[in-house]
Amino acid sequence: MDQFIRKALGLPVLASENGKGVDDLIVWIHWLMIALFVGWFIYFVYALWRFRARRNPKADHYGVRGHTSNYIELAVAGIEIVLLVFVAIPLWAKAVDVTKIPQAGEATNIQVVAQQFAWNARYAGADGQFGKQDMRLVSSTNIFGIDYTDPNAADDVAVLNEIHVPVNKPVVTYISSKDVIHSFKIIALRVTQDAIPGMRIPAWFKPTMEGRYQINCAQLCGNGHSAMSQGFLVVESQEAFDQWLASKTGGATTFE
Amino acid sequence: MQATTHTMPHAGVHEAHHEEQGFWRKYIFSTDHKVIGIQYGLTALVFLLFGFFLMMMMRWQIAHPGQPIPLVGWLLERVLGDVAAKGVMSPDLYNSFGAMHGTIMVFLAIVPLAFGAFGNYVVPLQIGAPDMAFPRVNMASYQAYVLGGIIMFVSFFIPGGAAQAGWTSYSPLATSIPTDGQTFWLVGMIFLITSSLLGAVNFIATIIQLRAPGMTWMRLPFFVWAQFVTGFLLLLAFPPLEAAGIMQLMDKVAGTSFFLPTGLAVGGELANISGGGSPLLWQHLFWFLGHPEVYVLILPAMGIVCEVIANNTRKPIWGYKSLVYSALCIGFLSFIVWAHHMYLTGMGTKVATFFQTTTMIISIPSVIILTCFFISLWGGSIRFNTPMLFCLAFLPMFGIGGLTGLPLGFAASDLHLHDTYYVIAHFHYVVAPGTIFALFAGIYYWFPKMTGRMMNEFWGRVHFWGSLIFMNVVFQPMFAQGMSGMIRRMADGGANYATATLQKQGVEVIGGLSDKMMNLHTMILWGAVFLALVQIPFIINVFWSIKHGKKVTSDNPWNATTLEWQTPTPPPHGNFAHAPTVHRGPYEYSVPGHSSDFIPQNETDKGSRQH
Repeated sequence: MDQFIRKALGLPVLASENGKGVDDLIVWIHWLMIALFVGWFIYFVYALWRFRARRNPKADHYGVRGHTSNYIELAVAGIEIVLLVFVAIPLWAKAVDVTKIPQAGEATNIQVVAQQFAWNARYAGADGQFGKQDMRLVSSTNIFGIDYTDPNAADDVAVLNEIHVPVNKPVVTYISSKDVIHSFKIIALRVTQDAIPGMRIPAWFKPTMEGRYQINCAQLCGNGHSAMSQGFLVVESQEAFDQWLASKTGGATTFE
Repeated sequence: MQATTHTMPHAGVHEAHHEEQGFWRKYIFSTDHKVIGIQYGLTALVFLLFGFFLMMMMRWQIAHPGQPIPLVGWLLERVLGDVAAKGVMSPDLYNSFGAMHGTIMVFLAIVPLAFGAFGNYVVPLQIGAPDMAFPRVNMASYQAYVLGGIIMFVSFFIPGGAAQAGWTSYSPLATSIPTDGQTFWLVGMIFLITSSLLGAVNFIATIIQLRAPGMTWMRLPFFVWAQFVTGFLLLLAFPPLEAAGIMQLMDKVAGTSFFLPTGLAVGGELANISGGGSPLLWQHLFWFLGHPEVYVLILPAMGIVCEVIANNTRKPIWGYKSLVYSALCIGFLSFIVWAHHMYLTGMGTKVATFFQTTTMIISIPSVIILTCFFISLWGGSIRFNTPMLFCLAFLPMFGIGGLTGLPLGFAASDLHLHDTYYVIAHFHYVVAPGTIFALFAGIYYWFPKMTGRMMNEFWGRVHFWGSLIFMNVVFQPMFAQGMSGMIRRMADGGANYATATLQKQGVEVIGGLSDKMMNLHTMILWGAVFLALVQIPFIINVFWSIKHGKKVTSDNPWNATTLEWQTPTPPPHGNFAHAPTVHRGPYEYSVPGHSSDFIPQNETDKGSRQH
């Protein structure tokens, strides 16, 4: 039955560990919704049939006198509280609590900067340290505004539209935008985070399936919004990822 | 017999010595709340149709991206120029139409219809007042609305076209688009907000001050309560947006940076602005209005549903007091749920917990209201006329809209559904087969009072069944599309994310949009076309019935209890021939031991009343 409703809802393929809770919550809420709707609807149709004027020419001034409806409302409120307190709030805390974000050693750290209409990403390189940034240095050849006088910047790797990450290891993305608001969304990984200029927001996920995923821009960002679909996240084995990263020259954007 | 002798000095009996008003004074610059209500209604219906046409063209583009729009493509090219070259809708034009569809539907169609039209026409009649408290402010409110509407409409034809940043107009996009559409949008909004504020002040003053003798708070028809709460929502929620609108206007035209952060680099180079502003601040100010606005759309609709259900079940509404308290709760709570539109802007645990909790709490009074309506059916003697059919359909349709708000109200499930078609389907179920159905019901219900003639019942039923079926054909598939991950506001209907398109380019992705989901676009397009067709009988019915409808045989053709039916038909300037006195609650239907199955509010216990 649980599988049936998952199928009926048409949830897309899930390829991340963090997405399991999201899907479960969606399924449980839909159980509640369906139960309420079907219950209401059966009552509704029955009442319309039973109390139509032709069958029941004289109305009863008082109508229902019991308190069943109060109990139903209390039950609904109770279920909502349970879902809220025991499922939704802990899930969200797990997703966004900055103190619980996987640390550098155990995760792949990436800085993502959206622009009209593409996705840029930056890796810290061999030293594990991102070079300093200064938005005053932004230009068409230096999209992140990297300060190249900073020694840490020398081995940073910047890529356009093609972001690789290793499988089965948390990925922490620090998401920002340099022009308007975009939204970094990968459907199968159940990750969504608005990319807002002036802010740098962490979002993390743990992909469990190798393959190529399309990055959706989920926030209207101008006339190229629907065409901002050239960004891909490639999930691959750790070895393949290491090889790929090593093949990138530090310090400059590579256009593939 | 006190009622028959009591008159209020300022009530409408002096109509005999009214000087004859000319056409302009009577129909264009009128201060009569009923004329203003009808002005609001007709203007809003025109905008409703216009907003619908915008959407039909967009649905064509979504289903057949890049193909010329049939029938009207050439006209668009002729009038709008390059943005519709060869009759094809460009992404710029799509974004304009999208932004303006939302703006027009919310601010120029539904709110003016629900609040401006029905509120103006019905509220003073229902409370037994001769007019609104400030008739000239009322006229100014309508005029500001028309000016705002004209500015919005004209913006389609300026170079670059209308605003393109969505009805939510998020900064920095809104101010970074180089055309002037956004400037027009903001100026238009300032007029519309001013209009709403003038209306809100007037409604609140009228309901507090001008109730007829005996019309205590708990004898007010629920419709009046709904409008009263709506008035407060508009009064308190709109000023922040008016301020925000002026700030964004300054960002656009005066080089300020209220909503623009330091280091903004549009198009590769650092923008030449001072910076220091916050894009999120705009979102907070916008949604601080935006969420109460949802209840501005839905409360008057619930008010209409309540009146029509009580009248057509021939019994009192069940739980009148619960309805009133629920409406008040909703009014209060609607001010503290706004950030549930912003879960994915980087919201932390504590703030998200607060807004998730308030969002769940506000669902409870909504459930109570809906439950009261459902229970009211039990024991009734239900008449299925056109207004009742629309109100009955409102219940499950609004139910779907409300229930599907739950997975969006929890941050963790919103993570997947945010900005997908699921959201579109959710709020359209609330507003389209929800609110608009109630507004249709209101038109069919009060039409005989406004004109003295009934609308045609057969064509009313055609309109109802057609609308019910095709509304669902249009919006039901969007739940499936959204669940599968289809993102809204795509000028090509998401074709770039479709598995089929990607395969053509030799790209294999996990989780692309399936052919099945993409093909639903065609079904929705045809649903929209047929939805348009079934509105034709309605439009003809309205105008035809003004002159040719069946004449009403009494001032109270529905055998209703509330005061608007105790006036002459149509009510003259000043409304009541004799000022009414109220002796009872609003829904005294089928009272045991009484000869007729309804007792008007102004009837004394001895059975006399004034006409």
